Amino acid sequence: MSIQDRIGGGAPLDMSRRGFLAIAGGAGVGLMVGLKPLPAEAEAAGGLVQFNPFVKVAPDGAITVVVKHLDMGQGPTTGLATLIAEEMDADWSQMRTEFAPADATLYANLAFKAQGTGGSTAMANSWEQYRTAGAAARAALVKAAADKWQVAQGEIVVDKGVLSHPSGKRGTYGEFAEAAAKLPAPVGAPQETPFKDAAKFKLIGKEGLHRIDNDPKTDGTAIYTQDVKLPGMLVAAVAHPPRFGGKVKSFDDSEAKKVKGVEKIVQIPQGVAVLAKNTWAAFKGRDALKVEWDLSGAEGRGSEELLRLAKEAVSKPGGAVAATRGDVDGALKGAAKVIEADFTFPYLAHAPMEPLNCVIDLKPDGARLIYGSQFQSIDQPTVAAITGLKPEQVKIETVWAGGSFGRRAVPTADYVAEAASIAKAINGANPVKLVWTREDDTKGGYYRPFYAHKVRAAIGADGMPVAWEHHIAGQSIFAGTALEAMAVKDGVDETSVEGASNLAYAVPNLKVELTTLKVGVPVLWWRSVGHTHTAHVVESVIDELAHAAGKDPVEYRLALLKDKPRHTAALKLAAEKAGWTPGAKPEKGKGRGVAVHESFNTVVAQVVDVTITKNGGVKVDRVVAGVDCGTVINPDVVRAQVEGGVGFGLGAALRDAITLEDGVVQQANFDTYEPLRMSDMPKVEVYAVPSDAKPTGIGEPGVPPLAPALANAIFSATGKRVRDLPLGDQKFTTA
Amino acid sequence: MIKLNINGEERSVDVDADTPLLWVIRDEIGLTGTKFGCGQALCGACTVHMDGQPVRSCQTMAGDVGDAQIVTIEGLVGANATPEGKAVQAAWRALDVVQCGYCQSGQMMSAAALLTENKKPTDEDINAALNGNVCRCATYQRIRAAVHDAARRLEA
Repeated sequence: MSIQDRIGGGAPLDMSRRGFLAIAGGAGVGLMVGLKPLPAEAEAAGGLVQFNPFVKVAPDGAITVVVKHLDMGQGPTTGLATLIAEEMDADWSQMRTEFAPADATLYANLAFKAQGTGGSTAMANSWEQYRTAGAAARAALVKAAADKWQVAQGEIVVDKGVLSHPSGKRGTYGEFAEAAAKLPAPVGAPQETPFKDAAKFKLIGKEGLHRIDNDPKTDGTAIYTQDVKLPGMLVAAVAHPPRFGGKVKSFDDSEAKKVKGVEKIVQIPQGVAVLAKNTWAAFKGRDALKVEWDLSGAEGRGSEELLRLAKEAVSKPGGAVAATRGDVDGALKGAAKVIEADFTFPYLAHAPMEPLNCVIDLKPDGARLIYGSQFQSIDQPTVAAITGLKPEQVKIETVWAGGSFGRRAVPTADYVAEAASIAKAINGANPVKLVWTREDDTKGGYYRPFYAHKVRAAIGADGMPVAWEHHIAGQSIFAGTALEAMAVKDGVDETSVEGASNLAYAVPNLKVELTTLKVGVPVLWWRSVGHTHTAHVVESVIDELAHAAGKDPVEYRLALLKDKPRHTAALKLAAEKAGWTPGAKPEKGKGRGVAVHESFNTVVAQVVDVTITKNGGVKVDRVVAGVDCGTVINPDVVRAQVEGGVGFGLGAALRDAITLEDGVVQQANFDTYEPLRMSDMPKVEVYAVPSDAKPTGIGEPGVPPLAPALANAIFSATGKRVRDLPLGDQKFTTA
Repeated sequence: MIKLNINGEERSVDVDADTPLLWVIRDEIGLTGTKFGCGQALCGACTVHMDGQPVRSCQTMAGDVGDAQIVTIEGLVGANATPEGKAVQAAWRALDVVQCGYCQSGQMMSAAALLTENKKPTDEDINAALNGNVCRCATYQRIRAAVHDAARRLEA
């Protein structure tokens, strides 16, 4: 394998449905990455020497890792810096990070073949690329030291960023950076820069390495989009139509203009934008607008009607076939027992703590954008198309994002396009910071789609499943976007069925169908995408089958997962750590449930303990997770992501739903769309299955098993199945 | 002009009395550690101290502050850090609490205020004091542990 293959050419993951991004990013998204030192860069940056697209070394020895992924909390800055530090034998304290500019030729996500963050791919796609970059930089620095000291490279040892030779010579990376940069390329041919053997890891997989963003995020200095201020910048708030698909008919801005600080008011395709000298004036000005909307083309249906349509669709056959094997009809007819179960799931908002925002400074010869960009390869050409610039004239500076959960990666680049439209409408007269309020964010669409599922599953005389017939109906994330042709095959959007169509359990006769409903509410991937609903259905139904068979839920699953070693290991680990006793009945008022699910190539099993409270509510006491995510890069970040996934899934399962009446979203702020709060948070324990396989996803896979494990725990306490999410304020009585 | 005392400094700002303190701190004074999350006192991201008490700056009007001492995250942990601020920051870092980090200024302000009043809070005390601080990354378990850790640091 050539060094270029290793650093940029390969596509180590099979992410075919995300191959669309290569097109989204425009033709000519190459992956060639040079390892040539960039001395010009050294001058410009005050002695900072850039060794390759990912590594810079300063005279004081500080190593800056160029992070190609947005960090919205999942920790890729820490993870990517760990890979470089490991291969460079650096000290953790000398590591720095900066976000990469928009440049898919250097910074593509190798799983997407375009620049973007998502699908829990940040570490998986970078695993070889960043280690190679670190190893190459190390090789160049060692060579420079060897030349200066007149010793063999192989005799030089690097420990905690200090080079030393048995002769007593010592030096830092900073001392040799300039000389190393002047070495003729290629420095560090592949055979000279092998990856470190896992047995020699000093940082990867080790405890005690603190997050690299700890300091700025605990002293108020971390800069998010909301904190960016450019000279002459105006803050923009936009009045959006009350229904999706509405347009401005006319508007009266006479009162808005009177608000102190309001400078400009412009109509844009998305609505009416009020630009002011400060945020508060922009909000007040926006509130003072009188807009008449043209809602003739807008979506006017309500959630009840939409869910009814979905339920009707799954009640009869005829969907597009997402998966089929064996003879489901025949097997259902001859089965000992058939279970039929209907499920519904609402729209969900991502509701990141930082409402959406974007800073843009538009000039005739180029645009500068500063924001938490999750999808540079879509955002860049979108802004170019709106402003009439060439994509390469659109510069994107990425900053910390206050959460996203998928919301900042949008096939239409909605909020970025809105900022660009405002900048265009004022001819770039001022830099603009578009700011959405919480209400804008909650009502702004791009929700996890609503779904209905119907499953008919059967067991044979031995209690084991013989047939599984599954019909899913809801909205497609890709339908109606520019990516539809690529991502929807034979009427099936994989994001609608993933987790069900690839059922992990050994069921001989299987059929999974999908009916896609066309609705004018924009939808999007929401932390763990299709698995948010498929895992709940699959893991609830398998639990019902275990119960019908009179078998223990863990043992029943294990029997059906004999050819799935990673599922088996994760499930056994969770069960063991939770103290699962097969067949044990919980004491009155308590319940215990289990679920195991693979997503983003990672398997997570969870055991959930609940208490049914005196007033019939549900209190989640403890969640124990077993995780197989391949090689663990940072054990504490893995734990944190699963803890966070549990909390994120739990909030949605307990009480979150976006509902519409006559096309109008009924929720607005955290009172009507209330996230999980501290008092709801259970004790969470996370254990990783030891593994030396390549790392797999961790940002999302903690979410899917939570809701079904919770539902199964509620069943064990109450005898009642939870098939409609969220739980809401329904009351339970203990069995 | 409205006079405010922020992190021990007297500031004069040219804003209407009904301007939320949040936007004065962020847009006028330029201290951006205090975050905008909901604008309705529902999430706690904008929490600051007013004479030592945690308040939601998005619902505290500039004209109502008077001569109260306002402390933001920059004042809590900066050069003139309070003992509670130092302990909270050290605990947050030791336990790697942050993920996206956007809510954490508010969490730390609420935690420090709690520890000023209550040297040894129980889990229930922490839940009660911080339930108004939303974290969408759900770092709650670590926040709770970090408050206990900060309490131990203050005791030592």
